[in-house]
Amino acid sequence: MDITDFYDTFFEEAEELLSDMERHLLDLDVDDPDPELLNAIFRAAHSIKGGAGTFGFVVLQETTHILENLLDHTRRGELTLRRDIVDTFLEAKDMLHEQMDAYRNGAEPDPVAFERICNTLKQLALDELGKSMGEPTGQAAAAPKPAPKPEPAAETASAEETPVDAGEGDVLRVSLIEVGEKDRQLLVEELGQLGEILSQQGDDKRYEVELTASISAEDIEAVMCFIVEPEQLAIERVAKSASSEAVGTQASAQPEPAVQAVAKQPEEKPTAETPAAKPAKPAESKVPAAKNKASESSSIRVPVDKVDQIINLVGELIITQAMLDQTASEIDGVTHSSLHNGLNLLQRNARDLQEAVMSIRMMPMDYVFSRFPRLVRDLAAKLGKDIELITEGKSTELDKSLIERIIDPLTHLVRNSLDHGIEMPDAREAAGKPRGGKLTLSAQHQGGNILIEVIDDGAGLSRKKILAKAEKNGIAVSDSMSDDDVWQLIFAPGFSTAEQVSDVSGRGVGMDVVKRNIQAMGGHVEIMSREGHGTTTRIVLPLTLAILDGMSIKVGGEVFILPLGAVLESLQPSRDELYSMAGDDLLLKVRDEYLPVIALHHVLDVAEARTDITESIVVIVQGEGRRYALVVDDLVGQQQVVVKNLETNYRKVPGISAATILGDGSVALILDIADLHRLSRRKSTPRSAVTNTPIQEVIPS
Amino acid sequence: MTTVTQTVSPTDKAQNADAHSREFLVFSLGSEEYAVDILKVQEIRGYENVTRIANAPDFIKGVTNLRGVIVPIVDLRIKFHLDNVEYGGQTVVIVVNVGERIVGIVVDGVSDVMTLTPEQIKPAPEFGVTLSSDYLSGLGSLEDRMLVLVDIDKLLTSEEMALVDTVKTK
Repeated sequence: MDITDFYDTFFEEAEELLSDMERHLLDLDVDDPDPELLNAIFRAAHSIKGGAGTFGFVVLQETTHILENLLDHTRRGELTLRRDIVDTFLEAKDMLHEQMDAYRNGAEPDPVAFERICNTLKQLALDELGKSMGEPTGQAAAAPKPAPKPEPAAETASAEETPVDAGEGDVLRVSLIEVGEKDRQLLVEELGQLGEILSQQGDDKRYEVELTASISAEDIEAVMCFIVEPEQLAIERVAKSASSEAVGTQASAQPEPAVQAVAKQPEEKPTAETPAAKPAKPAESKVPAAKNKASESSSIRVPVDKVDQIINLVGELIITQAMLDQTASEIDGVTHSSLHNGLNLLQRNARDLQEAVMSIRMMPMDYVFSRFPRLVRDLAAKLGKDIELITEGKSTELDKSLIERIIDPLTHLVRNSLDHGIEMPDAREAAGKPRGGKLTLSAQHQGGNILIEVIDDGAGLSRKKILAKAEKNGIAVSDSMSDDDVWQLIFAPGFSTAEQVSDVSGRGVGMDVVKRNIQAMGGHVEIMSREGHGTTTRIVLPLTLAILDGMSIKVGGEVFILPLGAVLESLQPSRDELYSMAGDDLLLKVRDEYLPVIALHHVLDVAEARTDITESIVVIVQGEGRRYALVVDDLVGQQQVVVKNLETNYRKVPGISAATILGDGSVALILDIADLHRLSRRKSTPRSAVTNTPIQEVIPS
Repeated sequence: MTTVTQTVSPTDKAQNADAHSREFLVFSLGSEEYAVDILKVQEIRGYENVTRIANAPDFIKGVTNLRGVIVPIVDLRIKFHLDNVEYGGQTVVIVVNVGERIVGIVVDGVSDVMTLTPEQIKPAPEFGVTLSSDYLSGLGSLEDRMLVLVDIDKLLTSEEMALVDTVKTK
């Protein structure tokens, strides 16, 4: 096995650690830092350093090392935190990320940048602590040094931290229990690297090595763990020193990812290269054996395409089940009751299975929200604004494919709010608002949708400015447009009302891209704004793209699927609930509300549909905030349908979002409620299409 | 790989001799004979269960379910303005692979598979109102028969077929 096989694991791990580090840094209260957080930050840096050392990523290791030293001083209270120090730490974190990316792409990190960040950090240490950092202290590496082949990492590894939990000069007795001859040699050699061996004796059953350790018992265990199981190892202190902690008391703060399971594999058949085959965290190995076992099974890493394959298969299963259902409905229920019972059971199981499988792909919105504290902090500082970020509904779950695609649009909206929405502190004060602005990110479920909102308490959108700008851009507008229609104008390409273009936003290439991206995900964007009070941008997305709760309806001889989330109610209209407007448009009065009537058979050119609306069924639907009455012939039933993309082999069809396969194997089209409304405006439903008898002309008050 | 070359059979050798000849699937539209490169053909199936698509050109019959994949069906008879467009037990759909897409084309019947040598493939004449010569790879001359060799890639991805969104034509 090649050490490079573990690179990916390390990068993945390190990436998580870096984002943890950033999150903790942002959470830090500068005046009263939480020691737990400081420890967590320190641990993250320490773990990255260990991994980097193992893989010979010298630059990464050295940078982390200097950072780690500073963090160590911080957590011991020797360095008083200030905002600018946290900023420096954040900068260092960014640099680590860049370095890691360079290594990931097989390149060496930029040496100039490396030198700069090192100098910055060293200078910081010099200023704050009055002593030089990063000098070799003669300690052996906490990060285990691959014994068989000394590599460049070893040199830098010697430039080590001041002993944190090491008992300098302790004599430790390391007992190896049931360790074979070959492994033992390797271990003893390894121990020789860690300290001076005083004596060694014993046999395969129990072999004892006494050494003066320059590092702590935990660190020894951490190194050994890559060759032997923790229970094969016993370390006791023979002489003095109270500073060293007992083995196993320090539990890891975070549950271990399944990566460790991968890392453990080589241990079972130890070879000369196993010490090197170490993915990332020496800290992890400090977890007591029992805990280790429990957390190992708690999660696994699986490639997404494997999950997708399962989802596809379950989709096929659902189709097959629907097919069986349809066939069985033609069989007499009394004589074949057991068959029907079995099918009911199958249906329930299939549905449960499908839900369970879909939940695998679900990820909490925290994945997205967690990247904003940093962005807001940096931007606010740049713009000279004081902004508080509030996130709500972090645990709301969303399909993985969607969650990744929501990041960019959401980032854009947040930038917009910060730049254009929230005013400068002085302007806010003048407007009678608190100097500090408030930006809220929220996520919540509503039916089959997720609502993601970006709310700011800033200046709000200016109707006047937008209309003026639209006119200048040659967009047809009128003063009588509704607010909603006016707000929608900002989604036009090249539209920006920002008074000046900043490097944050305002180039006008944003909102139309945001809208397009969201629409491509099957969602839409709504804006609510009050001038002087702020703006709320709401993104509405379906929870998942793969499966849809649908209502099948019939028009003429054709079956269509309506997304159940869009259906409000269905009813059979009577003549006195219908009103006509402008001679040809038809309105339906439902509980004091007049809804436009759109006949599906007319919009989609279906032949042989019922032409008398009072014999048809009207489904009240809502899409993109618009409500209307859709005329169909019959409701067939509700079912879950597997969404199949039409554009794979064909193209986008107006009024249709996708297709699905029905129980009989035929294809049914899934209606796009909002698009259908647009389509109908180009092709308005004449009254004659739904009725041939006169109806009342005047809308009563 | 070397073993492969050693086991070339006599018939394979014969084929290697005229390596430039190509195989075509011959199908009929009305009384005319057309042919497509056999390598483009995925399968041949009957015409059934086609779901109509609203507001599409009349030669796009709709979409069908091909083992879980949604495939559009194009009727070339309507596209080429032939009379007598009927659907029955004999109506055949040739499923072809065009780029990364799968499309079904409705034809009157499939007759046979022909091997044409380069000499038998004549250049397409520079005319054609309904079927532009852009979409032909040539005319196949086979004794007294004439085969219209259709460049199915060009034809089905063309704008006038309206099968592909023009924005993302590959």
